[in-house]
Amino acid sequence: MRPLYVRRTACVTTRAARVNGEEIPVVATSDPFLTALYRRLGIDYPRFFKMDGLSKLGFLASELLFWGDASRFLPREDCAVICFSRTSSLDTDRRYQASMRDYPSPSLFVYTLPNIVTAEIAIRNKLYGETSVYICETYNPHQIFRTIRNTFAHQPLRSALAGWTEYDGDTGEAFLMQIETQAASASEPLLSAGFLTTAKHNL
Amino acid sequence: MIPIGDNILSSLGFSTAENYRAVQSGRTGLCFYEAYPGISEPIVASCIDRTRLDDCFSAAGGNPLEYTPLERAALLSVTFAAEQAGIDLAAPEVLFVFSSTKGNIHLLEEGAEARSDSRLYLWHTAGRIARYFRNANEPVVVSNACISGACAQIAAMRELAAGRFTCAVVVGVDLLSRFILSGFLSLKALSPAPCRPFDSERNGLNLGEAASTIIYRKVREEDSPQGVSLVEGAIRNDANHISGPSRTGEGCFRALQAVLKDHSPDDLAFICAHATATAYNDRMETIALTRAGLHQKPVNGLKGYFGHTLGAAGILESILTIRALQDGVILPTFGFTRGDTDYPLAVTNRMGYTQKTCALKMLSGFGGCNAALLFRKITRHAS
Repeated sequence: MRPLYVRRTACVTTRAARVNGEEIPVVATSDPFLTALYRRLGIDYPRFFKMDGLSKLGFLASELLFWGDASRFLPREDCAVICFSRTSSLDTDRRYQASMRDYPSPSLFVYTLPNIVTAEIAIRNKLYGETSVYICETYNPHQIFRTIRNTFAHQPLRSALAGWTEYDGDTGEAFLMQIETQAASASEPLLSAGFLTTAKHNL
Repeated sequence: MIPIGDNILSSLGFSTAENYRAVQSGRTGLCFYEAYPGISEPIVASCIDRTRLDDCFSAAGGNPLEYTPLERAALLSVTFAAEQAGIDLAAPEVLFVFSSTKGNIHLLEEGAEARSDSRLYLWHTAGRIARYFRNANEPVVVSNACISGACAQIAAMRELAAGRFTCAVVVGVDLLSRFILSGFLSLKALSPAPCRPFDSERNGLNLGEAASTIIYRKVREEDSPQGVSLVEGAIRNDANHISGPSRTGEGCFRALQAVLKDHSPDDLAFICAHATATAYNDRMETIALTRAGLHQKPVNGLKGYFGHTLGAAGILESILTIRALQDGVILPTFGFTRGDTDYPLAVTNRMGYTQKTCALKMLSGFGGCNAALLFRKITRHAS
């Protein structure tokens, strides 16, 4: 089994954003926090405004991970996107259900699939590799660690964005790691589930 | 890894044998519904007989009142598959892998609030299924839209290879609800008539209900006297659009390439495509197969028999692919008469026979996700 390294971690909640544990200062505006963060990062990607809450969180966390990476938009197949979630797309499910009273909304219906967040990240960065979503009761470091290792074990991957994406309508969080098979200067080895426990605890 | 037990529970029957026979004799489970509850237009769909489901579930010792219809279908499917496999599902080396696109979503219609009704969570449904069989391991739940049934088999393959488990119960299920039907209607993806996979006059898909189960055991091929093993699986993304398939079949092509990397296309008996019968999906698969140099291989699609059974589709269609490969037959594509002329594809519309040893299963879904599975028949050479 090839060793894995975590180059960066990013966490975006509905109130704050951090990269490697350092908070990104975002000046409060009348916009919701995620929109303010989008503007603070100077992203020009209007698709963002069509996304549901789960996808916005995951998208912004992936933007923080790729921040400053000049090669990020080069198409590649050797990068996977692996997300774990408890509540899945239930917030959008409820909103779609409500839309059925008048006219069922096709754009909402598409977001009633929890894997759309992985698609948004893949589309933005031209990632042709594996995209996978797993639903679990809690943030379970052992299962997440095992699944990440399993994903790398069976294909010629060089990197992955992997982590927890959760949104229930009021609160939410995307905690994503940039995982690589090559060690970089500031990266840390991903040796056990313990890393996942500590990384999330330290946020 | 090889299947040691399987089950298909659908409109065409409650066992794999019943479903396999129905498909071979050219029967379809698709029916015309003039008025489906809560749906404003007539639809064509394939539905599980709910009375028979409850009768069988009770006969198998379950209490229908304790489980939702979706859970009953999944539990019954696993029960039947386990009878065939003859293993103790409660054993610690058995892992449950669950595939469903929307689980118990119909409960939202009945006023359930996500925050208070845990049955809306897929991990909860999967947990109830595992606990029914007294299995204490946390189930793996995949949720990758319409390719979930393939992803579940890939997850099982990886877990078995990693060594902690020796058997994986891969179960997929989806039932129809106003939620799902209205969504596909809003996307204008449904055909008002029985679907026609790969036909030049195809005009949309039909939805279907099914639960299906494969129990895989990890074995070395040389230790298995016969059977079909799942040898490769790959998932790739189009990186193109959240609901429309790629015009170049990008992710699908790459998934095909990945599973064939170490295998010769010469050994391919047939390819069971996703073949939803929407104009775009079938075109996209045709382009991907052509790019992969597989356009002259026999291709079939099974949605004319069952409709698109969503989270069950990848498992249900894999079971029939495995059976057909085992028996050396190529199943016909119900609803197909004549294909597109600009991209010719060898779509089967009658029963065929083959001596070849491998078969491919393809799936594609919303979120630009695509999967391919490669099955291989274990052949015994006289020594």
